[in-house]
Amino acid sequence: MLELHDIRKTFNRGTINEKKALNGVTITLDEGDFVTIIGGNGAGKSTTLNAVAGVWPVDAGSVVINGEDVTGLSEHKRAKLIGRVFQDPMTGTAATMEIQENLALAARRGQRRGLGWGISRKERAEYHELLKMLDLGLEDRMTSKVGLLSGGQRQALTLLMATLKKPDILLLDEHTAALDPKTAAKVLELSDKIIAENHLTAMMVTHNMADAIKHGNRLIMMNDGRIIYDVKGEEKKNLTVDDLLRKFEEVSGSKLNNDRMLLAND
Amino acid sequence: MTQIQTFFNALPGDMTQGLIWGLLAIGVYITYKVIDVADLTVDGTLAFGGAVLVVLVRAGCPVGIALVGSFVAGCLAGLITGMLHTALGIPAILAGILTQISLYSVNVQILSGSNLALSSRNFNLMVSSGEITSSLLVVILFNAAIIAALYWFFGTEYGMTLRATGCNKNMARAQGINTKSATVVALVLSNGIVGVAGGLLSQFEGNADVNKGRGAIVIGLAAVIIGEVLGELIFRKKFNFVLKLSFTALGAIIYFVVMRIVLVMGLPSHWTKALSAVIVALFLGIPFLQNTAKSSFRRAGKNSRAAQDDKEVV
Ligand SMILES: Nc1ncnc2c1ncn2[C@@H]1O[C@H](COP(=O)(O)OP(=O)(O)O)[C@@H](O)[C@H]1O
Ligand SMILES: [Mg+2]
Repeated sequence: MLELHDIRKTFNRGTINEKKALNGVTITLDEGDFVTIIGGNGAGKSTTLNAVAGVWPVDAGSVVINGEDVTGLSEHKRAKLIGRVFQDPMTGTAATMEIQENLALAARRGQRRGLGWGISRKERAEYHELLKMLDLGLEDRMTSKVGLLSGGQRQALTLLMATLKKPDILLLDEHTAALDPKTAAKVLELSDKIIAENHLTAMMVTHNMADAIKHGNRLIMMNDGRIIYDVKGEEKKNLTVDDLLRKFEEVSGSKLNNDRMLLAND
Repeated sequence: MTQIQTFFNALPGDMTQGLIWGLLAIGVYITYKVIDVADLTVDGTLAFGGAVLVVLVRAGCPVGIALVGSFVAGCLAGLITGMLHTALGIPAILAGILTQISLYSVNVQILSGSNLALSSRNFNLMVSSGEITSSLLVVILFNAAIIAALYWFFGTEYGMTLRATGCNKNMARAQGINTKSATVVALVLSNGIVGVAGGLLSQFEGNADVNKGRGAIVIGLAAVIIGEVLGELIFRKKFNFVLKLSFTALGAIIYFVVMRIVLVMGLPSHWTKALSAVIVALFLGIPFLQNTAKSSFRRAGKNSRAAQDDKEVV
């Protein structure tokens, strides 16, 4: 479903800020895999998702989604295959546009956009039902500007937008990190539900190890631009946070340096 | 009381001129408000649209077709700015300035000089300062038609991609939108409309002049801002897209009426440009000052000193 072959990416090459962010990331996700990703600050988690999404060209390696080599496709061209939710709730939606307009834009991801009306009556009815499912009262505010929504509401909406047209791969980059704990839990639960109901293949970066263990069927740990641990099935289910910390020290030879992760550890 | 008379006599002409500039302001609205680019091409485009129209009409072309020529010329100018910006990575403001300055040369070439007359006595024109009533009607129709067309366009699937691009490029790309081409299309459309404004203005004023567009962006911005402030005051949350465009045109009328008032009151006419810059600076600056007044270092310092003083008293 998703294959990454030896992906490499260096930022600011040849300057004093040179940073080898990805040093050969290789992984194959099977259809329906829901992978959680953990690792220290700057380990390359976001960079990995950005390489999949095509935010910039990779230096080396290939990205294959559903059998199609998309390495040479720009971000907007491969968007047809990818749904994304970002860490910052502001990033995923257009604030000055209506809730229903945002959904209509997302519904046409990867399609040719012509001079027909941007949103049909039939769609409106569909969006009304979908928004009801979120249980946030958004179905009664479909013509409100998204800028009026809270962070949690915006993330829930972004999640809906990312999955409105079934993506071949769903990328969630710490999408609950900017939310208060209660809202974060709700959005995470919603993510689980949407992924399960639509049998999506998904990658979710999180700084919360307990969440990483609890959600998904597979877990990978990154350090220094590499995947250092990859576990799935029963073995993953039985993991504890202590196991993960120990594993990290064992493989990387240092303590986990993700400050937020340690905070979220209790 | 002759001053008041002068003002009212000039009013229909000012309104006509205001609505021609209203079209330019609607063009500015598309770049400045919809895709969030300050496009300085328009100064050159206004003169370009006028030059193309005058030359075509003098060569025997029907004025309607010549105006299409002004539109196409404007689109071309927008396309060049758009390509400089997206294909060569030149900042939008600078890209606009580059196109604008080269249009000066182009306009001199087209006009074979800096000025070319177009008399309504010799040609059948759409608008002219000698026929104010019918001219006013014509420009009202132009504004209505362009506002209706834009309302339709920005409601289409494709038009919505331009709005998304202006609002949030990351979101737009994640939804599969080519933000570069969307930006170019918006610049083309905007300048096309400004070209039409130039074509109408040269008919109304009876000539094309390479300097006609000097400072046009400032007048356009003034109209956009006046319209926005007024519209939000009246309609608040109901200030929708059609109203925004209509109030942009209205803002241009208000601009010309205000300018007439200060002229009648005795301001030398060469000061109107500085005045328009002051108006724009004020309207752009006031929201900023309002924000900083709520949270400023000066106030924080004052609060801190007051708190320290209280402590000492206790
Ligand atoms: N666009 C960029 N330009 C320069 N450096 C970047 C960029 N994106 C990420 N980096 C650097 O690459 C490294 C990996 O970053 P990232 O993948 O965001 O880490 P994380 O695992 O915390 O998500 C960091 O050192 C970061 O500063
Ligand atoms: Mg990150």
